[in-house]
Amino acid sequence: MQQTRAVELGTGLFVFMGILALFFLTTRVTTFDAYAGDQGYELQARFDQVGTLKVRSPVSISGVQIGRVTAIEFDSERLEAVVTMRIGAEYDQIPNDSDASILTAGILGGQYIGLQPGGAEEYFADGDEILFTQSAVVLEQLISKYLFSQAGGDE
Amino acid sequence: MEHRETGGLRRVLREVGYSLRGFLGTFGAGQLFLLRILADLPYALARPRLVIRQVYVAGVQSLVVIMLAGLFVGMVLALQGYNTLSRFGAEDTIGMVAALGLVRELGPVVTALLFAGRAGTALSSEIGLMKATDQLAGMEMMAVDPIKRVVAPRFLGGVIAVPILTLIFSAMGIFGAWLEAVVILGVDEGAFWGQMQAQVDLREDVMSGVIKSVFFGVAASLLAVFEGYNCVPTAEGVGRATTRAVVHTSLTVLVLNFMLTAWLLGGN
Repeated sequence: MQQTRAVELGTGLFVFMGILALFFLTTRVTTFDAYAGDQGYELQARFDQVGTLKVRSPVSISGVQIGRVTAIEFDSERLEAVVTMRIGAEYDQIPNDSDASILTAGILGGQYIGLQPGGAEEYFADGDEILFTQSAVVLEQLISKYLFSQAGGDE
Repeated sequence: MEHRETGGLRRVLREVGYSLRGFLGTFGAGQLFLLRILADLPYALARPRLVIRQVYVAGVQSLVVIMLAGLFVGMVLALQGYNTLSRFGAEDTIGMVAALGLVRELGPVVTALLFAGRAGTALSSEIGLMKATDQLAGMEMMAVDPIKRVVAPRFLGGVIAVPILTLIFSAMGIFGAWLEAVVILGVDEGAFWGQMQAQVDLREDVMSGVIKSVFFGVAASLLAVFEGYNCVPTAEGVGRATTRAVVHTSLTVLVLNFMLTAWLLGGN
C-alpha cells in the first residue's frame, strides 16, 4: 500500500514536472515576458527605421548598458517606429537633448540603442521622448547610395 | 574457377535475400504486434494503476539520467556555440542556437536514445525473463491475456513517458546553456533570452519537437516490448533481445528523425 502511494506520488510529480517544463519552454523560450517589478523610468524615441532591433535589446551610453528596449510599435499616423525603453533608476541624470541612434553590435549580432549625451541642464524624466534620433543603417540603402554616387561621378 | 565465382555470388545473393526476408518478416510482425496492443489499449486504460506503475518505471526512474544528460548537452552546446559564434562577434545569438538545437533535434532524439538504453532494455529483459520463466505461459493458462496484462500497460507507459522526458530534457538543456553562456562565459543575459524568444517559434519549433517525441515514444516502447515478447526463452535469448531492442530502437529513431524532420519542415 505504502509503495503504491509512492509510485502514484512519483508519477504525479513526474507529470507535473513535464507540465512545468512545457510552461518554461512556451513562456521563457518563445514569447517575451516583461520585466516584472523593474525599477527605473521609461523613455520613448521615434525612428524611421529600426532595422533588426528587438524587444529587450540593450540601451547604452558610452558602451555601458543602462537599460533595455521594452516595446517596439508602429505609429500608423506618423508612419514611424516608436521604441519604448526602460532606463535604470540610477541613471537619472541624462541631459534631455541627448540623441539616440540604433547601432550594430557585431557582424551578425543584434542591434542596440546608443545614447549620445547632450549639453542641456535638464534631465530626462519618466515618459519623456528623445527628440533627436538616428535610424538604423540598412546595408542595402548604403550600397545603393554608394553605387549611385559612383555612377554620378563617372559622368 | 568460373563455377566457384558464380557459386560465391549466388551465396551472397541468397544471404541478402534471407536477411531481406527476415527484415520484412520482423517488420510485418511488428506491425501486427502494434495492432494487437492497440486493440488491447482500452483494457490497459481501464486499469490506470497498471499504467501509472509503468509511467513510474519508464519515466520517473529515467528522470535523473535525462536531467543530467540535458544539463550537460545544453552546457556543451553553449560552449561550442560560444567558441564558434564569438569569431563573428555573434555570441549574443547563443541562446537561440542552443534552444533551437535542443527543442527541435537534440531533445527528442537524445531522449529517445537514452530512453532506449535506460527503460527500453529494462522492458525487454523483464518481459523476456517472464517468458523464459514461463510466467507468460502461466498467465495464458489462467486465461489472462499477457498482451493485455503485461505488454499493453508497459507500451502505454513508455508512450506517455517519452514526450514528458523530452520536455524536461529540453528545459534542462536550456538551463544548462544559460548556466554556461551567461553565468560562466558572461554573455549578456537579455540578449541570450531576447534572441531566443525572437527566433524560437512555439508552433514550428517547440511543437514539432513534441510531435517527434510522440513518434519516438511509440517506436521505442514498441520495439522494447516486441523484442522482449518474441525472444528465445533462454538466458542467452533474453540477452540478445535486450541488445537488439537498443540497437534497433537507436537506428529506428535516427531514421525516423530524418523522415519526420523532412515532413515537418516540408509542412511549413
